[in-house]
Amino acid sequence: MQRESSAGRRDFLRTSGVLTGLLAAGSPLALFAPSRAWAVDLTTLTSAEGAILLAVCRTIAPHDGLEDAAYAVVVRAIDEQASRDESFAKLIREGLATLGRGFASADEPTRVEALKRIESSPFFQSVRVSTLQTLYTSPLAYAYFGYEGESFSKGGYLTRGFNDLRWLPEVPEEDSGPVPGA
Amino acid sequence: MAETAPASPRTRFAQNDDGVVVIIGSGAGGGTLAHELTRRGIRVVLFEAGKRLTLEDFSQVPGEAFAMLTWLDPRTQSGTWTVREDFPTLPSWTCKTVGGTTVHWTGACPRQQPWELRARTEYGDLPGTSLIDWPIAYEELEKYYDLAERRLVVTRRHGVPGLPASNKFKVMYAGAKALGYQRVHTGYMAINSQPADGRPPCLQMGFCVQGCKIGAKWSTLYTEIPRAEATGNLDLRAECMVTRIEHGPDGRVTGVVYRDPSGREQRQRARLVCVACNAVETARLLLLSESGKFPRGLANSSDQVGRNYCHHVGGFVWGCFDKPVHAWRGAVLAGVVEDETKNDPKRGFVGGYHLELAMLDLPSLPLAGLPYMWGRELAAVMEDYRNMSGMFICGEDLPRPDNRITLDPTVRDQYGLPVAHIHVDDHENDTAMRTHAQTQATRIFEAVGARRVVCSRATPATHNMCTARMSADPCDGVCNGWGQTHDVPNLFISDGSAFSTPGSANPTLTIVALALRQADYIERQMSARSI
Ligand SMILES: Cc1cc2nc3c(=O)[nH]c(=O)nc-3n(C[C@H](O)[C@H](O)[C@H](O)COP(=O)(O)OP(=O)(O)OC[C@H]3O[C@@H](n4cnc5c(N)ncnc54)[C@H](O)[C@@H]3O)c2cc1C
Ligand code: SF4
Repeated sequence: MQRESSAGRRDFLRTSGVLTGLLAAGSPLALFAPSRAWAVDLTTLTSAEGAILLAVCRTIAPHDGLEDAAYAVVVRAIDEQASRDESFAKLIREGLATLGRGFASADEPTRVEALKRIESSPFFQSVRVSTLQTLYTSPLAYAYFGYEGESFSKGGYLTRGFNDLRWLPEVPEEDSGPVPGA
Repeated sequence: MAETAPASPRTRFAQNDDGVVVIIGSGAGGGTLAHELTRRGIRVVLFEAGKRLTLEDFSQVPGEAFAMLTWLDPRTQSGTWTVREDFPTLPSWTCKTVGGTTVHWTGACPRQQPWELRARTEYGDLPGTSLIDWPIAYEELEKYYDLAERRLVVTRRHGVPGLPASNKFKVMYAGAKALGYQRVHTGYMAINSQPADGRPPCLQMGFCVQGCKIGAKWSTLYTEIPRAEATGNLDLRAECMVTRIEHGPDGRVTGVVYRDPSGREQRQRARLVCVACNAVETARLLLLSESGKFPRGLANSSDQVGRNYCHHVGGFVWGCFDKPVHAWRGAVLAGVVEDETKNDPKRGFVGGYHLELAMLDLPSLPLAGLPYMWGRELAAVMEDYRNMSGMFICGEDLPRPDNRITLDPTVRDQYGLPVAHIHVDDHENDTAMRTHAQTQATRIFEAVGARRVVCSRATPATHNMCTARMSADPCDGVCNGWGQTHDVPNLFISDGSAFSTPGSANPTLTIVALALRQADYIERQMSARSI
């Protein structure tokens, strides 16, 4: 999430696009964002293309509790790759054109049907991989799924809950082992 | 912290020195062999295609670690196995870095069992397989298993305590016990449960596959290799990819051709050559080294090089619960159910399997661990991430002559050389075993209240074996019981390629045991001037 939105004006000045939105109150993402309003600049794709792509990403990994802002990060990553790689940009543009403008506002069953028809296409496969790679790697997703990630800087999970499960019996010593330092 | 930097000034041997032993590949097999030979005073040039990293370089950002460590040179594939559809560009998952795949591995160190080394005798003549017995008996290997376990400081062996039970192990344990399984524990792990070997105990960081940043897990990168360097007898050439093994008119190997870090072609002479490139690349290198004398590839008069490729029956099973497990916390694979590692054809298949504890980090789970490519089901499992626990199946697959590594007729690597093509058709025995293992794992999770259990399809091969196998009869395989090739007395196979059959054990401990045994043999043969 970049900074407070002056999206309307930028959208007017540029040929490339911007995605904007508002975080829900109490969103875990609010921890990472300076304000509830967010905007993601696109350098290669247009706003309309960005909106279709965002809908594709959400259909690939539909988490109702996860807001558009999280998917916008994926759109930005794909846009960045497109600005470095012309043939990739072409692949994405053409794929989005095939889906058409209506895709972004279609209901989920319609979107799923449309994507099923192109499931084996290079366009879909590359958006699918980018979505999975980027969506679940973002700090936003870590917060949403409760994943704690990197642990080296905090001394691992040895003293931070690697064995704190209490809803099942403890394992007898002979099948387990001593906790170092305990 | 474990030491990764060379202890003494860098040793260099001349390229025309024909007294050195050349070892290709610095992983489990090559790194161990290099240490064993150099400490006996034998001079070794160790080639490694990948870079030398330090513990500080390792990243706990999974995507970064994958890009840093993985062998990403292209490979192609075909066959009925589902990996072809699910992971078209990554049939096999190995590392390209000093230390090889021991940087990636999760440290599980079970032994092969005595009867697994007699697979042909035990299982019979099964249609569609090319089973053989190992040319060595378990009793000959036993001493080297002991040595290997002491070298790797394997837990639960020789008085070393087990690793402590993690959250996800508690789930596996309670479920497995409820089903009546007896042999369930935190595993035989090459991960320190207490300070040992100059390395610290495991901090349960949970990033074993990204490279252990404290060196609690054994890897040749910070054990065998620096120790070999400290002898003054090791010349490690990192970022040097061997492209061909050369031989003289008498058919003995004379040295290797390689690309130096700047990509220039170079040569190194050798008294003998040991190949430890991990089974896919070992077969490829032998095939690439074809010549007038060896038109089908070096040491391939039997036509067995690349054939009988085994990769274990593998795959994940995930259980989703109502309460948190936080399964990412703690050592990835520290737990096992051993009861199914038996040969009981009444189950509908021959051979056995391990059920091992497992977890994937958040970004890797949807990419490598789920049967769903996209959509609602994928998202629903991901929503359960906090409350999940996992297991990995590791079972014996059966060798087939046409499951093999060949040179791709069209795709080339950055040096213009044909890449490895992997063909795998599942045998019905593999399929039956997978189904049985998935059913048992499902029952384990359901016994402790799982409300959803999800089984992945096969994962890219992390265990690669049998592509230059040991055989009593030279027609059946590529090397003898010492890993010495039948065709070329001064050419050795020093990695999992040499396995006659895969067994159900994760392969690395056996690779290390065979390398320790091979070092004894090479020393004896060199002093007797037989090679
Ligand atoms: C994610 C993961 C988890 C694993 N967990 C376990 C486990 O718990 N227990 C277990 O037993 N095993 C495990 N394994 C498997 C284990 O890592 C391998 O069995 C073992 O490392 C193989 O040893 P190796 O010597 O054959 O090859 P490697 O360790 O792969 O080393 C081969 C080296 O050779 C180099 N090389 C290849 N070709 C050339 C060439 N032409 N010139 C120069 N260098 C070359 C490669 O770059 C590589 O560094 C795991 C593997 C993976 C991927
Ligand atoms: S869990 Fe243990 S072995 Fe694995 S990375 Fe962490 S400290 Fe190393």
